[in-house]
Amino acid sequence: MRFDLPNGGHVQALKDISLEIKTGELMSVLGPSGCGKTTLLNIVAGFLAPTEGSMTLNDHLITEPAAERGMVFQQGALFEWMSVRENVSFGPRMKGQREAQWRENVDHLLNIVGLSDFKEKSVFELSGGMQQRVALARCLANDPDVILMDEPLGALDALTREKMQGLVLKLWKETGKTIILITHSVEEALLLGERLLVLAPRPGRIHKEYRLPFADLGVGQDLREVKKHPEFGEKREEILSMIWDMEEEIMGSAEEASA
Amino acid sequence: MIILLIYITIFVLAFLFVKHVIGRLMSTSADFTSLKTVTFGDESAVRPNRWASVISIVTIFLLWGAFTGSKWAPIHAPGPFVGDAVLTYTLEAADGSTDDATVTLRVHKHGEAPELPEVEAGGGFAKNDVALVSAGRSKTVIFDKNDEAKRKEGAKIVAVDGKPIAIGTAVSVDAGKVTLTDKGALSITPPGGMQMEPIWLPPPEKVVERFGEISSEGYQGFTLWEHLGYSLFRVVVGFIFGALVGIPLGYAMGLSNWFRGWFDPIVEFMRPVPPLALIPLVIIWAGIGETGKIILLFLAALWIMAIAARAGVSGVNITKVHAAYSLGASKFQLMRHVIVPNSLPEIFTGARVAMGVCWGTVVAAELVAAEKGAGMMIMVASRFQLTDIVIMGIILIGVIGYGIDIMMRIAERYLVPWKGRS
Repeated sequence: MRFDLPNGGHVQALKDISLEIKTGELMSVLGPSGCGKTTLLNIVAGFLAPTEGSMTLNDHLITEPAAERGMVFQQGALFEWMSVRENVSFGPRMKGQREAQWRENVDHLLNIVGLSDFKEKSVFELSGGMQQRVALARCLANDPDVILMDEPLGALDALTREKMQGLVLKLWKETGKTIILITHSVEEALLLGERLLVLAPRPGRIHKEYRLPFADLGVGQDLREVKKHPEFGEKREEILSMIWDMEEEIMGSAEEASA
Repeated sequence: MIILLIYITIFVLAFLFVKHVIGRLMSTSADFTSLKTVTFGDESAVRPNRWASVISIVTIFLLWGAFTGSKWAPIHAPGPFVGDAVLTYTLEAADGSTDDATVTLRVHKHGEAPELPEVEAGGGFAKNDVALVSAGRSKTVIFDKNDEAKRKEGAKIVAVDGKPIAIGTAVSVDAGKVTLTDKGALSITPPGGMQMEPIWLPPPEKVVERFGEISSEGYQGFTLWEHLGYSLFRVVVGFIFGALVGIPLGYAMGLSNWFRGWFDPIVEFMRPVPPLALIPLVIIWAGIGETGKIILLFLAALWIMAIAARAGVSGVNITKVHAAYSLGASKFQLMRHVIVPNSLPEIFTGARVAMGVCWGTVVAAELVAAEKGAGMMIMVASRFQLTDIVIMGIILIGVIGYGIDIMMRIAERYLVPWKGRS
């Protein structure tokens, strides 16, 4: 993935990223800021065309956004002019389904995310955590094959965030969807990553890949218990120092360049 | 200047009164905003003081009434002098001898025709004079008509009430301001007071009276409601056409490179051209009838609506567009369910601006040339110096403009409740 810059130069945002993700896998992507996490996700979603390489899903090339790849954004992606129920039923309605066809499923999803009392409310009346739950339900209502999450919990406060992490795990287990989750929180990446990808910057590339047990442990369990797992602290320290080194490197090279 | 000082005084006194007297009497409410201690600098904590609004309106009408001698105003500014004023002039004959005589001026209200005061002629070669004058007007007194020494013979006035005077100079005496004209006659202006004459500013009751008269009898061959209705009709039709063309144009400019490139120079060029500058051209093209007015208002609304719609499209958060596409929406569905509703707040803001501009433009266009309309009404009235109709027209134009804006705001609150809340 290469962007040409207006001044004639170019930025190598991503280089040689090769991945195979199995159905039902929960993969989190972690990396220092500016390493191309969001670019990677945008390419998978089909919002950006890669300069080299290709992506395949269900035996066809990804060239544009489609309903098979649902996306959950950090914030601001809900439609304020629709009620909660209308937001969640957006996907089915766009497919031309009648209310009778989607009503049951939408109500069920709203119950799962704990918004059964807010179905007719306007989106702007909800708190940030509730809005993200609507976004999750909206994505699931469309029954995508892959769910892409771009720092979906990034704008939430720490307490709400922890609750939402449990919800994401629960939904993953219940629906069996393939999920790719981008985050800048190491803890979140550990908790929500059955598979964890650490990206290195300039150019964005895969630095290290982990397979972790915590996501499975966390399903149906208190996430705080999982955090007490001895291996959890170990891994967290390891990844933190890894990212710390990368940040140092960026700062160092920036200083060299300016010196 | 005096009026401004009075106004500022009332402003300050009312503030102190409301703050220290009424503020004590009224129990302060304890809602969230009133508990804020930092209000200076916190715009959300600034709420209009309703006492101030009421006193402000009352003050305007009070000043208006006080300075126009209104029957409704409890106090009045000093009016023009009415009654008999006497001044003494000193006449110097050609041979250098002097004699005093009086001028008795009977100042009467405008429109009355009182009798001349009777005054004895007196002795000497200068005889006493009498004259009539309307309040607020000046009078040139040919003092030597009955004098034995005439100006033609070299007599001239050298002093008035003992104050020396010469041709072209003025002196102030009890009877008012006195000047000697070029020919040596006395020009006397009795004290005018501080009230406005009805031709400058009629009292409020005259305007109300005129409103009653015109709303029942009409003006210049059309009823008042026809005048106002035609203005409103032109605004609404012009605005609707402008919106019908402008909004799709703005959407196209927000969605397509080609449309953006093609229309950008036109829209950006036409936007700063005030619609008033197009009036002459429109009159040349379409005459002074309805077509011309509607074309003008169409042009006034078109660019505003196009720019509002374009801003509405560019204001769509890209994540909403991405979300809609990844939920399987087609381009048409994106337009229908995301872009149009998301741009409604911007379009409403644009519509409010456009309605305001259209209303101003239609009045201006009618001032230039029209057979009927609010602007035409005040234009014709001003030619006949019917200031009360002019003021009535201005008030009605203001009220209607304000009413339009309030209705747009209500519609906005009802149709786009999510405005400013995403």
